[in-house]
Amino acid sequence: MVEMEDVLSEFGGIQKDLIHILHRVQAKFGYIPPEGVAEIARRLKISQNEIFGVLTFYKAFSLELRGKYLVTVCLGTACHVRGGVQIVEEMERKLRVKAGRTTPDRKFTLETVNCLGCCAIGPVVVVNGKYYSHVTLSKVEPIINEYREAG
Amino acid sequence: MDKISHPSQLKDWKKRLLAERPSYDKTIVISSGTCGQASGSLQIIEALNEELEKKDLRERVGLEITGCHGFCELEPNIVIYPQGIFYKKLTPDDIPRVIDETILKNNIVPSLLYEDPKSGRRFSLQKDIPFYQKQLRLLTENNFKINPTRIEDYVLVDGYQALARVLFDMTAEEVIAEIRVSGLRGRGGAGFPTGLKWEICRNASSDLKYIICNADEGDPGAYMDRSLLEGNPHSVIEGMIIGAYAIGAAEGYIYVRMEYPLAVKHVAIALEQARTRGLLGNSILGSEFHFDIHIVEGAGAFVSGEETSLMASIEGRRAFPRQRPPFPAQEGLWGKPTNINNVETWANVPLILNRGAEWYSQIGTAGSKGTKIFSLVGKINNTGLVEVPMGIKLREIICDVGGGIKDGKKFKAVQTGGPSGGCIPAEKLDLPIDYDTLTQAGSIMGSGGMIVMDEDTCMVDVARYFLHFTQEESCGKCVPCRVGTRQMHDILTRITRGLGEEKDLDQLEELANSVRSASLCGLGQTAPNPVLTTLRYFRPEYEAHIKEKSCPALVCKDLLVYYIEPEKCVGCFLCKKGCPVEAISGERKKVHVIDQEVCIKCGACFEICPPKIKAVSKYTGRKKEKILREKSGEKV
Repeated sequence: MVEMEDVLSEFGGIQKDLIHILHRVQAKFGYIPPEGVAEIARRLKISQNEIFGVLTFYKAFSLELRGKYLVTVCLGTACHVRGGVQIVEEMERKLRVKAGRTTPDRKFTLETVNCLGCCAIGPVVVVNGKYYSHVTLSKVEPIINEYREAG
Repeated sequence: MDKISHPSQLKDWKKRLLAERPSYDKTIVISSGTCGQASGSLQIIEALNEELEKKDLRERVGLEITGCHGFCELEPNIVIYPQGIFYKKLTPDDIPRVIDETILKNNIVPSLLYEDPKSGRRFSLQKDIPFYQKQLRLLTENNFKINPTRIEDYVLVDGYQALARVLFDMTAEEVIAEIRVSGLRGRGGAGFPTGLKWEICRNASSDLKYIICNADEGDPGAYMDRSLLEGNPHSVIEGMIIGAYAIGAAEGYIYVRMEYPLAVKHVAIALEQARTRGLLGNSILGSEFHFDIHIVEGAGAFVSGEETSLMASIEGRRAFPRQRPPFPAQEGLWGKPTNINNVETWANVPLILNRGAEWYSQIGTAGSKGTKIFSLVGKINNTGLVEVPMGIKLREIICDVGGGIKDGKKFKAVQTGGPSGGCIPAEKLDLPIDYDTLTQAGSIMGSGGMIVMDEDTCMVDVARYFLHFTQEESCGKCVPCRVGTRQMHDILTRITRGLGEEKDLDQLEELANSVRSASLCGLGQTAPNPVLTTLRYFRPEYEAHIKEKSCPALVCKDLLVYYIEPEKCVGCFLCKKGCPVEAISGERKKVHVIDQEVCIKCGACFEICPPKIKAVSKYTGRKKEKILREKSGEKV
């Protein structure tokens, strides 16, 4: 994979760089391509096993291609006491996909997060970096539609 | 600009910046941290720029974009200096009025002022608002003055002066002594004396030492560190350089959680600026001291906030904690002596050296010195970040600074210390806050999350929430934590579903004690705290779930029903349209009815029914059973 080599060329060949590399690969491809793991292993001179161990340990990395839009619903304590769970459930119904999964058309991935640290404005939903504050059940569909219509 | 190679050049730089500072008639300062941006501060900035341009006011009116001002509930907000007028919850449409009235004619726009929910009084000046009055903002005050992407702004508030004095006038031992005398304790949660920690690491013999700033602020409901890194990154960096000098470290790491993209960005900019000016790298300020800092972005694992896990993560491995001793001060990063402090701890360091340890130790209680930043969130009127002196009473924070409970509801508990902490009930509200009193109450100071709960919060559900969190975040290395948190979570889930048995509470307590005493790291050792404190203070609520199968706070879905009150329903169709599963039937202007067999209890009807009608109620316990027994034939 030529693109993988591009990423790897930015780093030295030590294990310390592994998480940085995985972040870059995830951002570039939208997932960690399993065939890329072998290349990272060669570069860092560690086993593929070790890399799979690390990448499945952290939530940031995914072995499956994520959707075009990443919908993240915050489930921090402040969002929880303000009804964050209902927001996730409504998202699941509207997107017809369970949290943690991607819609079959690869348009949306629904995820939850344990706290985004903007507790004052919860419940919070983030779509590809755009924050929605004080989300209520009735705001869920309009948020999704914004991206459905965008294509 | 060249590197600064002598402390006198730093002073000259500040003088020059002061002289070159444009003299504006007025300056508008806008809060634009993550909360601000999420609430629309960027659009306000755009509107302000447009309006200032249009009215040709660029020369006369300054616009400063800063980090978070703390009053997150009222974002986006601005302060207009020199008077200090505070306008809240702005929309772009408000901006022409702000410029025409306040900037040009010196008139206040009353509708944009903060109104105290208790007294109904409006306040025009930021400093008079009760939320700010009882605070002691030593670390966060500069968030009003600094554009975090400009090192010049930090230099203007005497930034890096403490560092200059340390490098040229103090020995490492003197710096450590100063920190010891100040009484500063770690703000990450455990409260270990910072000076002592530094000393232990300094005394460890090694050719190489590291320091780390722990910015993996994972506690849900806490965001003090995010605000400091976003709003004033140089204060943390200056603290770290001073610490590195005291300890004798040549390399440092800031480990920031990936959920904080703006903090990562501002830290990266700040580090680059500090390097360019000779404040990081070789021969800092022309001295013989060399030191540099790298950023590591976390990857979404709560356990990486634990110090040994965090080091594993920096090394590029799974964030597994390990047995201590050896402590990081003896064997840390790559086996070398390492000193880890939390963001807020580092930010205190320049303050102590600038104002003196004597002065600092006057603030607070006998065992806890200085101020503490809390994130005051949940069911409270004035949500935001508050900085208060140690020893302040919980009641003062919640009632005075926080303005009391939202919507006139009754206070039930405040949760401190995140998943490692506990819930403190109303009868403990007069507790003065410090590390030791909170521990005695069964909770912990933790990093500073303070989640306020009202009568509508179910304490069993809160305990279940936290155990769900810890069992999901448990790294799985040790059995008590991996299996124990799971078992506790299963029991709590059963109870919230109405399937609890009386023996469950004893079993929960027994499990909690095993997990607490046998887990490897802080995550497991403290995971039972939310269960133990809620059992200690709210046992009747558990018993109601188990014996009466009822949830007094009307939260646990399986124990309640939604019901449309026939005498209140006006038949407006709103709930019928809003129901995602078509469980509501009824014709226009006739009473609507919920089919309980179809209802999924999502709460959409409850939310959508207009407040003045309020026809949808929740019932639990016996009344719930009665409603369920009613035949569908009673539909109108």
